[in-house]
Amino acid sequence: MLYREAGQFKTSYAADQQLFPIRQDRIGVLVLLAVAFLGVPLLASEYWFSAILIPFLIFALAALGLNILTGYAGQLSLGSAAFMAVGAYAAYNFQLRIEGLPLIASFICGGLTAAAVGILFGLPSLRIKGFYLAVATLAAQFFIVWCLTKFPWLSNNSSSGVISTQKLMLFGHELNTPVEKYLLVLGIVVVMALAAKNMVRSTTGRAWMAVRDMDVAASVIGIRLMPTKLLAFAVSSFYCGVAGALYAFCYLGSVEPDGFSLEMSFKILFMIIIGGVGSIMGSFLGAAFILLLPIFLDVALPFLAELFGLPFASATVSHIQILVFGALIMFFLIVEPHGLARLWQIAKEKLRLWPFPH
Amino acid sequence: MNHPEPISALYGQSSEPSTMSRKKIGEVILDLQNISLRFGGVKALTDISFNVRAHEIRAIIGPNGAGKSSMLNVINGVYHPQDGKIFWHGEERKRMEPHMAAQQNIARTFQNIALFKGMSVLDNIMTGRITKMKANFLEHALWFGRARREELEHRQKVEEVIDFLEIQHIRKTPVGRLPYGLQKRVELGRALAAEPSMLLLDEPMAGMNVEEKQDMCRFILDVNDQFGTTIVLIEHDMGVVMDISDRVVVLDYGKKIGDGEPEEVKNNEDVIRAYLGAGH
Ligand SMILES: Nc1ncnc2c1ncn2[C@@H]1O[C@H](COP(=O)(O)OP(=O)(O)O)[C@@H](O)[C@H]1O
Ligand SMILES: [Mg+2]
Repeated sequence: MLYREAGQFKTSYAADQQLFPIRQDRIGVLVLLAVAFLGVPLLASEYWFSAILIPFLIFALAALGLNILTGYAGQLSLGSAAFMAVGAYAAYNFQLRIEGLPLIASFICGGLTAAAVGILFGLPSLRIKGFYLAVATLAAQFFIVWCLTKFPWLSNNSSSGVISTQKLMLFGHELNTPVEKYLLVLGIVVVMALAAKNMVRSTTGRAWMAVRDMDVAASVIGIRLMPTKLLAFAVSSFYCGVAGALYAFCYLGSVEPDGFSLEMSFKILFMIIIGGVGSIMGSFLGAAFILLLPIFLDVALPFLAELFGLPFASATVSHIQILVFGALIMFFLIVEPHGLARLWQIAKEKLRLWPFPH
Repeated sequence: MNHPEPISALYGQSSEPSTMSRKKIGEVILDLQNISLRFGGVKALTDISFNVRAHEIRAIIGPNGAGKSSMLNVINGVYHPQDGKIFWHGEERKRMEPHMAAQQNIARTFQNIALFKGMSVLDNIMTGRITKMKANFLEHALWFGRARREELEHRQKVEEVIDFLEIQHIRKTPVGRLPYGLQKRVELGRALAAEPSMLLLDEPMAGMNVEEKQDMCRFILDVNDQFGTTIVLIEHDMGVVMDISDRVVVLDYGKKIGDGEPEEVKNNEDVIRAYLGAGH
């Protein structure tokens, strides 16, 4: 199985502009999709679905949302979890208050509500950049969580804002097994990732990246900064909003505002830093890495301690986890700002030339 | 003024006088009247008037800090002069934002390269056509109909620009990895992709070696010649300026001290004094 594009000559621009221009990539993606849709449901255990695969997909979607805003459009945000909360609570309310609204429609409405809120909190980006903008989005984080706790109507008058999501009804059928929920989440995530990929490889994405890389030049070329930035906020928040709805409906079933904490926003930010800023695939790699690392350490650390005959307390695991996270994030920020996705890219480039080094 | 070799020898045939004389210079399309621009206490431009005719190569020269870049920024709406009037195709122009200049077919390059560092050469040049592409983000997300069609059509145009500038071999390279001279060329490509009627070039040859300068001169002359594009050019190499421009404006400390054909300007005493005084 060689990874080569030699011999695959593009005879038209259409062929060159395909989603995955290299044949091996196309095959790889198809195999991956087949495994995800057909293989995994046959093989994985209930624990894997509900504790690993479903949250992985949901966080990958949220990371993708943040990546659109931060990685592609260059606007730093620390409010991703809050936009997830908006999506979750809005989807809940749409289900609650509109009789017979299909499930998918309420997810979309949740996303749209998050998009509207995102535009609102994106307005400061027209004036401020970088660190100061991050502080402004921090305000969104606290304000939104506060609102959800403060106004009982938003959680249908439940105590301290906890909501328990409605049944998952799809085409008159109730989804109640983990595998069904997994397939629903997977379907939504695949469609949205594809849409994101299409956006970033066309004019929309080029406008975002132009604004990110050099805003004066972008405006001289004819890109209007305001609509471009606000669109990035809207699309990004839509993605986070849908992720939030899935988080509530398909993962936990019951959520409270404080669950969408600043810590969660940071976790999503770390996913894109480690996975790759400005890369769709990086969002997935980062989510997998951040979610799997603690599980891995949980298993590996006691084992290592025993191996070396060291005393071991379970509190140590969480301390070491934090240390490892910190070290990794510093590593990626300093050494490889484009994250795992870039490392993967380099590996592919090497493979493309292999066995000739040049 | 260090230009030992006569520049016409530099780029051989393409700049033979015959090329220049074939060109038809048209009406005044841009008329700047009494432009003054201040930044706080700094007077960047003081009471400057000059015009640009269709299809000509109009050079702006002057020592560093003379206000040349500011002048280009006024022309395409990045800076807004406190005083003065600007007429574009005979009509007085209202306050303009930069993106409106693009809509009026004015493109430019920057003194310090302003490419989109994270994007490939191809994508950088594709952004040059952004005002001509109409599909919205939903169509892009679905990669459907108009979005797909436009992407193909405009790719075709962009490939023409790539061929013209002879940069086929680097089309997929991220611009950040290119050497300086090629980056300048890609930036010209991005401006050309917009098919501008007026092209503003801010020191397109600064920092280039002789060979790269030759290429750049050839491209500028070819653009002017083949597409009739009006060019406003800032350049320090007096040899180049004298050789390729039709008329020259000379600025010094934000004031205009000379204006006319290259020969005239070269013999203007104020100009000679400004240049010797500035230690060039
Ligand atoms: N954005 C700005 N803010 C403040 N001063 C500026 C700005 N742009 C230009 N200037 C000032 O205007 C003067 C002319 O600068 P510039 O147009 O860049 O000159 P040139 O391109 O001829 O070297 C300089 O004194 C410069 O410091
Ligand atoms: Mg300058």
